[in-house]
Amino acid sequence: MERYYQKEIETADREQILAWQNERLVKQVRHVWDNVPYYRKKMEEKGVAPEDIQSVEDLHKLPFLTKDDLREAYPYGLLATPLKNCVRIQSTSGTTGRRVVAFYTQHDIDLWEDCCARAITAAGGTDGDVCHVCYGYGLFTGGPGLNGGSHKVGCLTLPMSSGNTDRQLQFMVDLEATILCCTPSYAAFLAESIHERGLRDKIKLKAGIFGAEAWSEEMRQDIQDKLCIKAYDIYGLTETSGPGVAFECSEQTGMHINEDHFIAEIIDPDTGEVLPEGSKGELVFTAITKEAFPLLRYRTRDICILSREKCSCGRTHVKMSKPMGRSDDMLIVKGVNVFPSQIETVLLEQGYPANYQIIVDRVNNSDTIEVMVEMTPENFSDNLGKITEMEKGLVSALKAMLGIYAKVHLVAPKSITRSEGKAVRVIDKRKI
Amino acid sequence: MTIPQISVFLENKAGQLADITHILSENQVNMRALNIAETADYGVLRLIVDDASKASAILLEHGFILTMTPVVGVAVPDTPGGLSKVLGVISDAEMDVEYMYSVFGQKDGQACMIFRVADTDGLAAVLDKAGIGTIGGEDLGLH
Repeated sequence: MERYYQKEIETADREQILAWQNERLVKQVRHVWDNVPYYRKKMEEKGVAPEDIQSVEDLHKLPFLTKDDLREAYPYGLLATPLKNCVRIQSTSGTTGRRVVAFYTQHDIDLWEDCCARAITAAGGTDGDVCHVCYGYGLFTGGPGLNGGSHKVGCLTLPMSSGNTDRQLQFMVDLEATILCCTPSYAAFLAESIHERGLRDKIKLKAGIFGAEAWSEEMRQDIQDKLCIKAYDIYGLTETSGPGVAFECSEQTGMHINEDHFIAEIIDPDTGEVLPEGSKGELVFTAITKEAFPLLRYRTRDICILSREKCSCGRTHVKMSKPMGRSDDMLIVKGVNVFPSQIETVLLEQGYPANYQIIVDRVNNSDTIEVMVEMTPENFSDNLGKITEMEKGLVSALKAMLGIYAKVHLVAPKSITRSEGKAVRVIDKRKI
Repeated sequence: MTIPQISVFLENKAGQLADITHILSENQVNMRALNIAETADYGVLRLIVDDASKASAILLEHGFILTMTPVVGVAVPDTPGGLSKVLGVISDAEMDVEYMYSVFGQKDGQACMIFRVADTDGLAAVLDKAGIGTIGGEDLGLH
């Protein structure tokens, strides 16, 4: 028997969903026009006025927003309510150059947590469950989002945050956690640890909600087998609130987008044209219920396919496939967004050449990132200690910029291939 | 009196050192001392050769990164306690040895060790005062 957190909404018919979207979109465009000069200017430049948007059919007339806009408007440029109405910020992790700060009113947090509650319920969660959340808490949206959703469902919530595997396992066993929320790679790592310590019989998990990074069907199978659970995907981004924009149901064939809050479009990343239903392209979101940070036509850069095929779970909201790639060069490493340009900035600041290569791999189900950097005459010394010190300086500067550890590999000059035209900056060896 | 040392960046991969020795031999450069300091990923090759300016020009031509460093050659009595005495003198003078290594072979019952310190002239003076001889380029057959 399928359970829903908000049955009337999640199983509403198409007409009803469209009616909500039409009404909310018109209202949202007016709200943004009145309160966000940055976006209003974009609309004026495109010759669009709020009156031109009467329904979802008109959505394509609106200008796009990109991560560049968010950076340019940082920190308050896209805020649509007075700051005194805001109660929270969340931010993408540790990326000074590309920091995204999103604002929330209490109402925004309520709706976001509703979305997460829908995801937990779809994974079988009820008020009788113990929900173990080991996404990071803090600026990262993962912990706070699932924590709030878990409260709404009425689960006993374990706000574990990330790290300290011993403590994670102890609580998981002692408090008989039944639902695990974390990144898929951490789930795989925990599964390994449980296996190694012979704790499998002591674990009561039945479901896992895993997101914030790409994972394959094989990885899903592996986690499901090792933990004897059903593993559900969840999707979201800080710009649109956080996890819970879309979530998987028991059919495990894609993630239902919460269409009462977000309108999804698929566009051609090169031309910006809206593509017909079922096409593969870049996912664009319009947030129609957010008050503080209502992004219209935000380009996610994630490539995927939308499907309106009837779902056996009874939910009627459109499904998105797992992201199949990016339309920009952003990498997601350990759930953290990494742009090659950030690494380049650090290298130049630290006096290294901009000729570098980034190697991303997955070792024991955990992402690794290595930056190959060419040695220069200026940085070279006959004293090994001085080189090691410089290398350490580079590693900490990268950590400060990216928020994660990146290994630095100093290589001989001119040893990184210089290709004709576009340089091959990134080698992603992960099989996902 | 100092001796010129060539320090070359070595990436930790097969054949790097062989490439360098091959290039030097092709050009009739003779090595007098060699030392490698390394981490897991890279290293520094330190060389004393008979013709440092020729060798460095050739290695630069081949794309290697290098630097020239003045070092001090010290005549260490080839007897028990020989090195200990030298190090004691340096330590008493409160000088830090960054690194040291030995030259191939010995002469007249004396081994030759290469010392790198921040103040090479100061080291030569300290040793001289203590009656420990330094070794010049000509002693090692350098051009």
